[in-house]
Amino acid sequence: MDPAADARHVTPPPTADQGAERAAQAAEAPVRLVTEGLTVHYGSNVGVRDVSLQFRDKTVTALIGPSGCGKTTFLRALNRMHDLTRGVKVSGKATLDGHDIYAPGVDPVTVRRRIGMVFQKPTPFPTMSIYDNVVAGLKLVGIRNRAILDEVAERSLRQAALWDEVKDRLKAPAAGISGGQQQRLSIARALAVEAEVLLMDEPTSSLDPQSTLRIEELIHELKQYVTIIIVTHNMQQAARVSDYTAFFYEGDVIETADTDTMFTNPKERRTNEYITGRFG
Amino acid sequence: MASATADVERRRGPSGYAEVTPRNLARRYARDRVVLFFLVLATASVLLALLTIVGYVFVNGVSALSLDFFTQDLGSPSRAIQGRPTGLGHTIVGTLVVDGLGLLLAVPVGVAAGILLSEYPDHPLNPPLRILNDTLNGMPAILKGLLAWAIIVKPMGTFSGLSGGVALAFVMLPIVARATEGVLRIIPWSIREAGLALGLPRWRVVLNTVLPAARVGVVTGVLIAFARAAGEAAPLLFTSFGNNFYSSGLLRYLTGPVDTLPARLYSLAISPYKEWHAMGWAAGIVLLFIVIFSYVFTRLVTRQRHATDL
Repeated sequence: MDPAADARHVTPPPTADQGAERAAQAAEAPVRLVTEGLTVHYGSNVGVRDVSLQFRDKTVTALIGPSGCGKTTFLRALNRMHDLTRGVKVSGKATLDGHDIYAPGVDPVTVRRRIGMVFQKPTPFPTMSIYDNVVAGLKLVGIRNRAILDEVAERSLRQAALWDEVKDRLKAPAAGISGGQQQRLSIARALAVEAEVLLMDEPTSSLDPQSTLRIEELIHELKQYVTIIIVTHNMQQAARVSDYTAFFYEGDVIETADTDTMFTNPKERRTNEYITGRFG
Repeated sequence: MASATADVERRRGPSGYAEVTPRNLARRYARDRVVLFFLVLATASVLLALLTIVGYVFVNGVSALSLDFFTQDLGSPSRAIQGRPTGLGHTIVGTLVVDGLGLLLAVPVGVAAGILLSEYPDHPLNPPLRILNDTLNGMPAILKGLLAWAIIVKPMGTFSGLSGGVALAFVMLPIVARATEGVLRIIPWSIREAGLALGLPRWRVVLNTVLPAARVGVVTGVLIAFARAAGEAAPLLFTSFGNNFYSSGLLRYLTGPVDTLPARLYSLAISPYKEWHAMGWAAGIVLLFIVIFSYVFTRLVTRQRHATDL
């Protein structure tokens, strides 16, 4: 059983009022990331088909759907992580602020600097200290100025709500902190390179309920700085953290709406069946 | 086959396959003990062979060990026969120079080749590199000596420590490359993705996140390559050749013929002097010690500082 599911008892879902207010605010935000007819092929199989979605600045969008529906495949297409896998072909368009991230001549490295990613399993660099992990994205491209690195490390760790827990042991090995802390460290690392969009691939699925709660609270705070797209298996989590939700099923986007509408009044029968737990 | 089927049929009783009776449980434990016995037997025979060699070398060579053995050079056989100071000091220096040079040449190239093999599977050079590396690994060491002879000894017109180091580098190279590839492959893919997701270029990810995580394994591979090359006599016969005296200056160890322990061990062993035979055994002790010492030393230096959850 998914340990994160227990966390639903901790945070109450937003009330209808709060939700409406949230959605209204979000609706005014400019669109940052757009996909048009995005399709991902694995060899002769289709991972996701013809996905056209919009992601607004400083909002949280949840991608939900049963296992194998293509939500992770779609997420990974957004910062060109598929480039490394043999036999994967991405077609269609994905634009960040109007610029096609798959256009010829666009370096995936520059795309990934603006669109960061947090994975299912926390991935601290095992041989580095906490501090070195946070600033890895800067240090390893040649930024050596101690003052800058110190400042970025503190800011990122504060934003990731980890500063108070690790400020006295920044030089300690990153592998030695708890799973939840490691996951927040991974988030801090992405914030350190000033990613504007944060892709989260089931960021709490390997965490206990307390750590899950911390990450969810963090997502709320991070909305001040970044646009978040989160893949989750946990419908309660989607309801708690997101402004918008897209429901994926067998490689297609079946329905997309603001989260409150999606969970209270879905248009599609399959969406309704999935969110009420009848399959998936 | 028929009896096995019958056996299964018989056990498929009303309470199902998995029934545990005292009888079949005892049988399972008995089998476990039998397998364990053979494992211990196999391990013991390997250890016995190893200890026999070490013990034999030690017993025969220890009498020749003295301070002179480590500080003097060999000179002519009359020195040993008449009890004048003689030793293998020049051989030990020569071995360190030649082996060290081999390492210096083989490690960077071998690690780089290992990285290409593991991290760049789509690179056009990957398949030919794999084939060539395996070929080099399987090639008799004496041919590597011949190669070093052709490219260095012949043009230079003299045997040299340099050519010996190059010959040993050919011995180490494929081992280092394969070991590096092997350990890089077991580093979780997620570490690479995490680095790439930070917008780090590929070579940075490999050099600063993947390779450090694999450090202990790479070092082990280098040590195996070193131990293997340190014991090679064949590739040194017509490269570093041999020398009965200290060279005049460090540079001469590279540009002139030098002595090495395995090659010297051979020439001492086939000599007609019993004093030299003892020195040959002692050379074996020193060779063993050098390999063991480098192993332990390197292990201590590169010990994993951080406990990781790889």
